[in-house]
Amino acid sequence: MILQALAFYVFAAITVASAAMVVVSRNPVYSVLFLILAFFNAAALFLLIGAEFIAMILVIVYVGAVAVLFLFVVMMLDINLTELREGFLEYFPVGALIGAVVFAELLLGVGIIGSGSTTIEALNTHGAQVTAIDNTRAIGQVLYTQYFYLFQVAGLVLLVAMIGAIVLTLRSRPGVRRQKAGDQINRTKDQAMTVVKVPTRGGV
Amino acid sequence: MFAEIHTFFTTNWLGIAILILLQCLAVTVPLLLAVAYMTYADRKIWASIQLRRGPNVVGPFGLLQPMADGLKLVLKETIVPSSANGILFIIAPMIAFMTALVAWAVVPFDDGWVIADINVGILYLFAISSLGVYGIIIAGWASNSKYAFLGALRSAAQMVSYEVSIGFVLITVLLCVGSLNLSDVVIAQSGWFWNWYWLPLLPMFVIFFISALAETNRTPFDLPMSEAELVAGFHTEYSAMTFGLFFLGEYANMILLSALGAVLFLGGWHSPIPYAPFTLVPGVIWFALKIAFLLFIFSWTKGTLPRYRYDQLMRLGWKVFLPVSLGWVVLTAAVLTFGGWLPKP
Repeated sequence: MILQALAFYVFAAITVASAAMVVVSRNPVYSVLFLILAFFNAAALFLLIGAEFIAMILVIVYVGAVAVLFLFVVMMLDINLTELREGFLEYFPVGALIGAVVFAELLLGVGIIGSGSTTIEALNTHGAQVTAIDNTRAIGQVLYTQYFYLFQVAGLVLLVAMIGAIVLTLRSRPGVRRQKAGDQINRTKDQAMTVVKVPTRGGV
Repeated sequence: MFAEIHTFFTTNWLGIAILILLQCLAVTVPLLLAVAYMTYADRKIWASIQLRRGPNVVGPFGLLQPMADGLKLVLKETIVPSSANGILFIIAPMIAFMTALVAWAVVPFDDGWVIADINVGILYLFAISSLGVYGIIIAGWASNSKYAFLGALRSAAQMVSYEVSIGFVLITVLLCVGSLNLSDVVIAQSGWFWNWYWLPLLPMFVIFFISALAETNRTPFDLPMSEAELVAGFHTEYSAMTFGLFFLGEYANMILLSALGAVLFLGGWHSPIPYAPFTLVPGVIWFALKIAFLLFIFSWTKGTLPRYRYDQLMRLGWKVFLPVSLGWVVLTAAVLTFGGWLPKP
């Protein structure tokens, strides 16, 4: 139990420290790398409370896909750091406000302040029930039955985001010769070549 | 006496720590030997395809060639380019090598022969294999060289694309097994060799193998290090052991994906014929033979096929493999549900 508590404090400390470094570090590539470290330690925290499925999905989705694309984009940006610093004071009040709102919502949601829907005690009793079966099975049992509509709505939100991204980036340029793999494969000898009888000294 | 030793290794924390360390060594040392001789086998196979002899000078039949190569890499000087990002430049090969090794913790070599028999073994493997790209992408950026950077970008796009179809392949197998534990996957395939999943899920096996080629950056998908365009791709600036770690990591990854293929589709440690002379052979040998078979196809492909063009590689991943694998997931789920073959929980 002491070992578990120690592990919790180590992972939690690294999570908070690397999250702070995401904001503080001057190089945006370092920011993304610290973000990945934060994701990892969050996954380790999930493992500590016995939520191995969520931990693995966190690593697969966020570290394996989302952060790779972040890194991909950030590496190709040519960011002028001094210019970024100049706007800092201008954006600070807005950023601080958003941060405060999110923090307050978190506190309300968990139920430390006021009466949130899920208190820590309720979460703990849930946890006790779930450990009887492994948590992949537990999620599977409720995700497509009890939370079916919520799950579908979440899917629709993602679909809308995907269509939006495609609409924003799709542009049709006239006069572009596209490669059509099907046409190439379906070409036969008759269509592709002709035998020409070349007269001597005449040329084609 | 034996009882005392037993209690020391199962209850004392020092004993448990020593035991875990020994288990890790028992996996990594044979793995590194396998990597060394995989390079030798690779070169011999390509040589045979091209009617050459391959390495035959160092030791009998050239068998000591991998050792000589390894020694050479260790003794050379590690050069860090002056414009490179020093810390990340050194960390990148370590990440590439480490991710290739830690994944082996959940691979079942035989019935019960597994370091960590966790319930989400397949997800763990999938998560770790998706981390391999970081070594490459960080190497490309930290080198501060255009060839390395282009190689890294290609590799990142390629690995993210093909991971999607590998994910769907894993889901299909999971549907048939009803568990995320790799040992359960193997146990579900017991019996004759036509009970293994390669036959009922043949299209997925093909997609898995081709995606595995793309994940490990092997021919015909070795665009991240295509020598004709990008010198050596993401490891252009690396020398000596930093290069060696990339190389070892690449081969360890190949062996890992072959092992995953053997577990998912070729029945893991099971013998192909479930009767006397075949079942007497230890399961770990069958498992090694299956891995060797898949690795041979890796080398064979490299010796035979030309390289894909980059846009065609992306087309294959997103426009062919993704719809086909998604459709096959739906089909498998429908057949299992309506045929009444769903695995019992």
